[in-house]
Amino acid sequence: MGNVASINQTATGIRLPNFCNLGIMLRSLIVVNLLLAAGAVMRAPDLRSAGFQFVILATFGEPVLILSLVALCGVRRWLHAMGYAASVLALLAFEVALAWVVSRAAGGAFADRAGMGFPQVALLVVFVTGVTLAYFDLRSRALAPAIADARIQALQARIRPHFLYNSINAVISLIRSEPRRAEHALEDMADLFRVLMSENRTLAPIGEEVQLARQYLEIEALRLGERLKVVWRLEGMPADALVPPLMLQPLVENAVYHGIEPSPEGGEVTIEIRRDGPQLALTLENPVPGEGRSPAGNRMAIANIRERLQLHFDAEASMKSEALDGRWRVAIRMPYLTAPA
Amino acid sequence: MTLARSDVPRILIADDEAPARQRLRDLLDECRERFPLAIVDEARNGREVLDVLNREKVDIVLLDIRMPEIDGLEAARHIAGMPDPPAIIFTTAFDNYAIKAFEVNAIDYLLKPIRLERLLAALGKARAAAPVSREALEAAANQPRRHLSVHERGKIHLVPVAEILYLRAELKYVTVRTAEREYLVEESLTRLEEEFASAFVRVHRNCLVARNAIAGFVRNAEESESGWAVVIKGTDEKLPVSRRQHHVVKQFR
Repeated sequence: MGNVASINQTATGIRLPNFCNLGIMLRSLIVVNLLLAAGAVMRAPDLRSAGFQFVILATFGEPVLILSLVALCGVRRWLHAMGYAASVLALLAFEVALAWVVSRAAGGAFADRAGMGFPQVALLVVFVTGVTLAYFDLRSRALAPAIADARIQALQARIRPHFLYNSINAVISLIRSEPRRAEHALEDMADLFRVLMSENRTLAPIGEEVQLARQYLEIEALRLGERLKVVWRLEGMPADALVPPLMLQPLVENAVYHGIEPSPEGGEVTIEIRRDGPQLALTLENPVPGEGRSPAGNRMAIANIRERLQLHFDAEASMKSEALDGRWRVAIRMPYLTAPA
Repeated sequence: MTLARSDVPRILIADDEAPARQRLRDLLDECRERFPLAIVDEARNGREVLDVLNREKVDIVLLDIRMPEIDGLEAARHIAGMPDPPAIIFTTAFDNYAIKAFEVNAIDYLLKPIRLERLLAALGKARAAAPVSREALEAAANQPRRHLSVHERGKIHLVPVAEILYLRAELKYVTVRTAEREYLVEESLTRLEEEFASAFVRVHRNCLVARNAIAGFVRNAEESESGWAVVIKGTDEKLPVSRRQHHVVKQFR
């Protein structure tokens, strides 16, 4: 385990945080403002004037911070291409330059009020930037084991033994009467379990996820026959969009387990995936049979996926599940990402 | 019915999945050499099982636990109330909860995929063994039944719990009142209260009323100790509220 993966990794082991991520932006704002507040308290002769000192520091610090975030989001790809050490140095140099531009633009107003020369300001900027980056580095290290844990946990939750044994039973029943179908079903199962049991660390293209879910549904159709109807709406789907691996199949499995199996007549599962501007929207619907008997397993799978979305996308992904006119609906939104060319 | 046929155990296959039913058919066909038998019919859920039992004589039911609408466990609880119930062999692919509950209550089951030898053994002892007791089935069930079963002239009739207005104990029986009519069931009111605690409320020592069948409360000084009676929706019946259950009136008003 040589490389420690950042939580905001897209596909490779990038360690500088992704400054386009809303969560990272918010965290940067909070850390920098806390540092400014600490500075204000230290500079002030007493607590009462600390507020005033904070305003002085903030009038300088806030524009620098916001301009930096915008710029860093823009040049993210070049920074990532440099490697970690070089990108940190570049970032520090950039911050000092930006501080210089901002203090010049203020026309010496800041230097007069704060009573600081530019070397002092530059040092301060380097310090604040360094602490912020160190915080992100620590945070990603702290979360790296969480990713591993979540993966293992995910893996265990994925293979629903109910599905495994029922499928094997279904395949056995086919061997005598329809050997071809039995072969095909076993091939699908092999593919499914290969993915279920592999290391699933990086994001996967949604196209592969859809393929996997289709194979899963083929096996389920064997058992459930005409009770299981599936409608795919994929016209707006960019097949190259990257998503957390094994996200779709468990959702579909949930839909079948809770929406189709408990009903004698069965029903329809609808899966829609489309791009919505900078986001990827995934919606899954299934009927709610009976008087709402939803075992805890349902919520567990949902919580599991929510956690993984959070680990991969922080505040930029959302997941909502609700009952709507007798149907259960899960809606997921996440940033539309593609593999770097 | 010929003598020879009545000698042979008559078997009903119950599973919601067609391949699982086919598999059992194949296996039973293989059993025939060593264990002569007849396959009566197939059922896809608990309701169909009871329908077949009302129609045909069945000696052994191969009963899947997880089935839609009325699952195996609920069907078994209805079957257990029959005067001459068939033997039940439960089958399941995997159901953590059910398996644990079955172990605890010493109920036998077969794991799918089922092996021929295990099926033969289970068939062999099915008819000799005492039927699974109602109490054991009740203890193994993790959820209330969706129906009460009424046994009339040797047939099972299902009354959906959702349609019951109230349950009233009288001597040996409990009267089950729906909007259409009354039924008698052989159950204990205390047990029913425990099982359906979320849907029914006790208004009197001998009476449970469905929470959503309560239209309101009226003063009724003559018949009721508490001075109140509960009005049942869709009927003009008023049931007395006892002094001990007087708090129910406040809770609903």
